[in-house]
Amino acid sequence: MASVDTLSGMVREACGDAILADAVTNDQLTIEIGPDAVSDVLRTLRDTPGLEFEQLIDICGVDYTTYGTDSQAPEAVDDPVSPALATVYHLLSISHNHRIRVRARLDPDSPEIASVVDLWPVANWFEREAFDLFGIVFHGHPDLRRLLTDYGFIGHPFRKQFPISGYVEMRYDDKKGRVVYEPVSIEPRVLVPRVIRKEGHGG
Amino acid sequence: MAEIRNYTMNFGPQHPAAHGVLRIVMEMDGEVIERCDPHIGLLHRATEKLAETKPFSQSIGYMDRLDYVSMMCQEHAYVRAIEKLLGIEAPERAQYIRVMFDEITRILNHLLWIGAHALDVGAMTVFLYAFREREDLMDTYEAVSGARMHATYYRPGGVYRDLPDRMPQYQPSKWHDEKETRERNKNRQGSLLDFIEAFVERFPSCIDDYEQLLTDNRIWKQRLVDIGIVTAERAQALGFTGPMLRGSGVAWDLRKKQPYAVYDRMDFDIPIGTNGDCYDRYLVRMEELRQSVRIIKQCIEWLRNNSGPVILENYKVVAPHREDMKQDMESLIHHFKLFTEGYCVPEGETYSAVEAPKGEFGIYMISDGANKPYRVKIRAPGFAHLSALDEMSRGHMLADMVAIIGTQDIVFGEIDR
Repeated sequence: MASVDTLSGMVREACGDAILADAVTNDQLTIEIGPDAVSDVLRTLRDTPGLEFEQLIDICGVDYTTYGTDSQAPEAVDDPVSPALATVYHLLSISHNHRIRVRARLDPDSPEIASVVDLWPVANWFEREAFDLFGIVFHGHPDLRRLLTDYGFIGHPFRKQFPISGYVEMRYDDKKGRVVYEPVSIEPRVLVPRVIRKEGHGG
Repeated sequence: MAEIRNYTMNFGPQHPAAHGVLRIVMEMDGEVIERCDPHIGLLHRATEKLAETKPFSQSIGYMDRLDYVSMMCQEHAYVRAIEKLLGIEAPERAQYIRVMFDEITRILNHLLWIGAHALDVGAMTVFLYAFREREDLMDTYEAVSGARMHATYYRPGGVYRDLPDRMPQYQPSKWHDEKETRERNKNRQGSLLDFIEAFVERFPSCIDDYEQLLTDNRIWKQRLVDIGIVTAERAQALGFTGPMLRGSGVAWDLRKKQPYAVYDRMDFDIPIGTNGDCYDRYLVRMEELRQSVRIIKQCIEWLRNNSGPVILENYKVVAPHREDMKQDMESLIHHFKLFTEGYCVPEGETYSAVEAPKGEFGIYMISDGANKPYRVKIRAPGFAHLSALDEMSRGHMLADMVAIIGTQDIVFGEIDR
């Protein structure tokens, strides 16, 4: 198992200019890349001898819109229509026993990125999930359908602007003899407010 | 005129062999599966989004409810992510307790798996046997945490409390009189460690019982051998972890390769398969049961000989004792602060993975310095496994689908999250 710094050097050598930034936190290496470079960089990481990340452990969508703000309420964000989305890839090399995290921040106006299904078939469902929950469009995905939400669901629920209680609720209507959808009847409430306290707060 | 033979069949979402709420739309050619499309999400509860709206510690209970048969392993990944971001480490005794309960959890999970898998394939008895042993293990959960399944026992900085000196006792009732109750309480007179030790002494012979029923059973082998074969390369590309990957012959186990807690001090082996079929995965999991027993024995040995704190005394993160709270102003303030606001975790991100019974269970946590996580992503092993269901079942018969679902050890709590 190579140290994180050695790995970081090897990754920088293999990927070159495609890496916009890299950081080591908690003994874990993170690199930032542009959304256009994702196919090339991940292919390099998978195929370069010495790196050989054979496994794609996870693809995670992140909405950075309210990052670092006290408020959980989406109104506080200046421009709630174009969320600051990112996709985060976690790779694992079984032969060399190391991990890497690759983050690509997407264009807020068109959250699109190339699919990596051709590199790892497991990406299929991970990308469908990110599409479903965040509305990230993966180009080249063979079957980009919703995965987790209900049939006919509208919206992308894990974006920060989507309320925790959703927009519609469902119940069985006895008269109509079927399930009906209605606007939610519960008031949104916050039990514990979100606060950010700086280091050394309160002595 | 062309003869149309393919037809589409719906499996589930309510089907006893679907292990929960799985709906599969299958394209069949006669009785052969041409293609299958699992529809998941019927148990989606948006756990990740809920975790974003709660202080860090309040989401530990949600982790139990993901894969509801390997509860504590998931708590372990979650509290370890918080601990990493806070830069704290649980005391040694707590680490041993965690390892012991991780392995108890592994046995719990594999017992459910063997019971359900055998039941799906047509063997009834194993299920009854497996649940008899599960009962004892759930009693150990109850003894430490008060809950039989959803324990919320692991906390950032340690575990909730030390192992009890006395097991909970059965009380006489309308159905069990005094004499019967004495009999039932016979093996719970000692401490929890005595109870667990008695269990691990007895348990290997129980595994022999299951193996006697299944391993050389003609029907069992006909149903599992050469079903759902996955090669080692393909298993890696498909994101398999845990017994699914080891069944294909890849010796990969996070407990050995990237040890966490005190697994580096434990002596155990990693079983691997050779063919990558359902039968090999069965053998791998059976051997894992025996290895878990070995690990638990080592933990019991250490826990008997060493005492110490089980949780940090860092009152910025860990709540002070309730008794102190009644008389000590400082403790009262800490208590109030922790339960009204929680603690702020420094800005940063981390991925913490554990070897859960089903495979690599990971928590990717981003904190922006607030008292709630900014984003929690749960990496569930079953999600990757189920996404390969299409590939694994192609060309097999309909009845084999049930065996493949069984071997994948599907639990919907973690797949749908």
